[in-house]
Amino acid sequence: MRKLIIKATSFFETPIDLRSRVLILLVAAMLIPTYFLPLWNMTLYSNQFPEGLQLNIYSHKLAGAKTQNRDDLREINSLNHYIGMRQLQEDDFTEFKWIPFVIGGVILLSLRVAILGKMSKLVDLFILFSYFGLFSLWSFYHKLYLYGHELEPEAAITIEPFTPPMFGHHTLANFEVYSYPGTGSYFMAVVPVVLLAAMWLSRTTRLREQSNVTATA
Amino acid sequence: MVVSNDGTIHLIPDARQRGSISQHHQKEPIMISRTYLPFVFAAALAMALGCGDDKGGRAGRSQVRSDVQEAAVKTYVAPGDMDTYYLFASGGHSGQVYVYGVPSMRHISTIPVFTPYPATGYGFDKESKEMLGRFSWGDAHHPSLSETNGTYDGRWMFISDNANNRMARVDLRDFKTKEILGPIPNVSGNHCSSFATENTEYILAGSRFSIPLPKGTYEKIEDYATKYKGVVAGIQVDPQTGKMSLGWEVLMPPFNYDLGDAGKGPSAEWGFWTCYNSERATGKLEVTASQKDRDYMVAVNWRKAEEAIKSGKSIMLGGVKVIDPKDVEGVVYLLPAAKSPHGVDVSPDGKYIVVSGKLQSITTAFNFEKMLTAIEKKDFTGSEDGIPVLNYDAVKDAEINVGLGPLHTQYDDKGYAYTSLFVESAVAKWKLGTWEVVDKIPVSYNIGHLCASEGDTRQPTGEYLVALNKLSHGRHLSVGPSQPESSQLIDISGEKMGLLYDAFNEPEPHYAQMVRADKLKPIEVYSKEENKHPKAIWDIKDAKVVRKGKNVEVYMIAVRTSFEPASIEVNKGDHVTIHLTNIEQTTDELHGIGFNEYNINVVVDPGETKTIELVADKQGVYPFYCTNFCSALHQEMQGYLLVKGSPSVAAR
Repeated sequence: MRKLIIKATSFFETPIDLRSRVLILLVAAMLIPTYFLPLWNMTLYSNQFPEGLQLNIYSHKLAGAKTQNRDDLREINSLNHYIGMRQLQEDDFTEFKWIPFVIGGVILLSLRVAILGKMSKLVDLFILFSYFGLFSLWSFYHKLYLYGHELEPEAAITIEPFTPPMFGHHTLANFEVYSYPGTGSYFMAVVPVVLLAAMWLSRTTRLREQSNVTATA
Repeated sequence: MVVSNDGTIHLIPDARQRGSISQHHQKEPIMISRTYLPFVFAAALAMALGCGDDKGGRAGRSQVRSDVQEAAVKTYVAPGDMDTYYLFASGGHSGQVYVYGVPSMRHISTIPVFTPYPATGYGFDKESKEMLGRFSWGDAHHPSLSETNGTYDGRWMFISDNANNRMARVDLRDFKTKEILGPIPNVSGNHCSSFATENTEYILAGSRFSIPLPKGTYEKIEDYATKYKGVVAGIQVDPQTGKMSLGWEVLMPPFNYDLGDAGKGPSAEWGFWTCYNSERATGKLEVTASQKDRDYMVAVNWRKAEEAIKSGKSIMLGGVKVIDPKDVEGVVYLLPAAKSPHGVDVSPDGKYIVVSGKLQSITTAFNFEKMLTAIEKKDFTGSEDGIPVLNYDAVKDAEINVGLGPLHTQYDDKGYAYTSLFVESAVAKWKLGTWEVVDKIPVSYNIGHLCASEGDTRQPTGEYLVALNKLSHGRHLSVGPSQPESSQLIDISGEKMGLLYDAFNEPEPHYAQMVRADKLKPIEVYSKEENKHPKAIWDIKDAKVVRKGKNVEVYMIAVRTSFEPASIEVNKGDHVTIHLTNIEQTTDELHGIGFNEYNINVVVDPGETKTIELVADKQGVYPFYCTNFCSALHQEMQGYLLVKGSPSVAAR
């Protein structure tokens, strides 16, 4: 047990080598596109909309695809009112306020880790980011649950409460709904992987150096 | 041949014409020269008397058919596929414009122009009601698409009203009538209109019926030759907005100005018109106006007309500036043309002006350069009310023996001209320059105008031609005595013309414009940002009823699937103004509002606001409802206009 703690302590004190610092800077850079790219896409297909109605969820806003002839967000809301679903509007999403703030925080922390070069701070960053990611996913799922369950009882069309799909496909009346992470989420998903890679690289460097020291001693 | 009840002559086909098109096409064109014309008429009469009975009914009709497989492939537009051309056909005395797709010839929509049209609420809301003014019909004659450098630019369509002397402008961005100008001062029977100049500087207009001027003047009919006047005019078009205003008018002798066309390329600064009744006759014109062997083509240098107006060389007539050719030299000339000419059509290169004499079997090609030379040399053979008449032999290049009753000419991209032959019920194809008739195709029946694909521009595409036939009898399921006109689609891409399709249309296509579909970029919803109606509202929270004395103003929203407010309570005698905004932003989500027993139906397109005015003069409760099927709960989209007897009003 003691050995394990020593080992852990020694791990936390591992200095972060140059390659890892570059990777951490890369994480900071990779988070910037998440301000511009959608984190989630939902597409609703039906006979009337063979090209689909598309809803894009960004870190800071909700946007329907806009064509010359249609605003998809507006159209989805028009259709949802028949089943008594609340209007999807930005004001109802506190996420749009705190998610960009948190991403900004993560970028700053990444820069801090890259400069200070402490493994413990890198671990903090990893845990914080993973928590943020998982919490956001739960929050999104919960939102979907609420939209699908808090239906107006007086709506014209009565349907069983449901949860709109988060991953994959769901059929609702005449619509086929497909929901998948957007490009922004892929960047987000790569972040913890890169952070783990940074940890692993620094650790192997440290171990190699230690064995060299032992060898020369 | 038979003479039908209406007196028109139909050439019943011989064996050649009964077969398919490929069979009846002859190497040598069928031509009947002018010399034989009386004999042809006589023969027609004899045949009509002799064999009219046994050939009665459908058996006696020309069964012009096409090569079925070829025609089917060329006209079939599969479900979901689109046509390659728009055809805008005038609706004549229906007052509207009909939109067809080519080559399918499917009727796609109707653009109401001069006549109320409840289907779109046109003429029921305040704005379109004001635009129509005191008229509830018009005679929509010649549509003209706006041009840039002599080719269609897809911005606007102009159309003339022969009945009430107006000009309308349709915006091709939303296919809506945006403006109606008129009645135009001094213009009487705006038939020789509308024809756009090369860059849509002007739209030509004029008088078919000469009258004493200014309007409202009385003169005895016996004084027609001296005291009645015609005008030809140019309606100016704002290059940015399309807004029309009167540009110039030229005072003309009391002839009947029939058709027109604007010059192109070298002749771009000229406008041309034909006229009949240079006899200055009255009474039974079919006889009295058919005495002279020649009538005229009018040539106006509109650049000079424009300058004359600017430099004050004009008189005031009917409240507008009019050029009197007696006072201003160089603006207008007359060219003698074949008897009672009808169509005048400038060739794509602008060098030839082709005039068809409907009572002679020839079409005349005037040479524009020769016309300029004759003007320069003052090669005149007379004058009419101060307007020089040019020497016919000096200005004409050819008299083309196209066939019986030539009316109008269109062009292709290979140097050929296509002339409609009313009496002969055929289209003649002939070559510009060599003047040789190379092909002829029978049509069913009595073709008036024809319209080739972009066939009146500097760059015709030479793909299709639509024969706008006056009579269709026997070629469609019978619909009783009120028979439709027919439009026949003809393939002109090859050496020989080929009949492709018969379509039957709303009355009455006088002329049409065929434009490549990709030149138009119509919108399908009005965006919230472009809705400039001062009383538009976009949030249900803003829906309200505001009362000021007896005036009740309602700010109303239509959205799937309710009206807000859903009830309007007023007092009997109140003046009610409803501003209805359709806040949808989706293609095809139209809403209508029809008021029971109040004779109102207005349709609002997505993103549009319309104002409806009514006087609540009937006490009681009157439902209003969505008239344009919108969605699954369309039937529920309704409300009530509650009109109560007002004691306060009664007490006054």
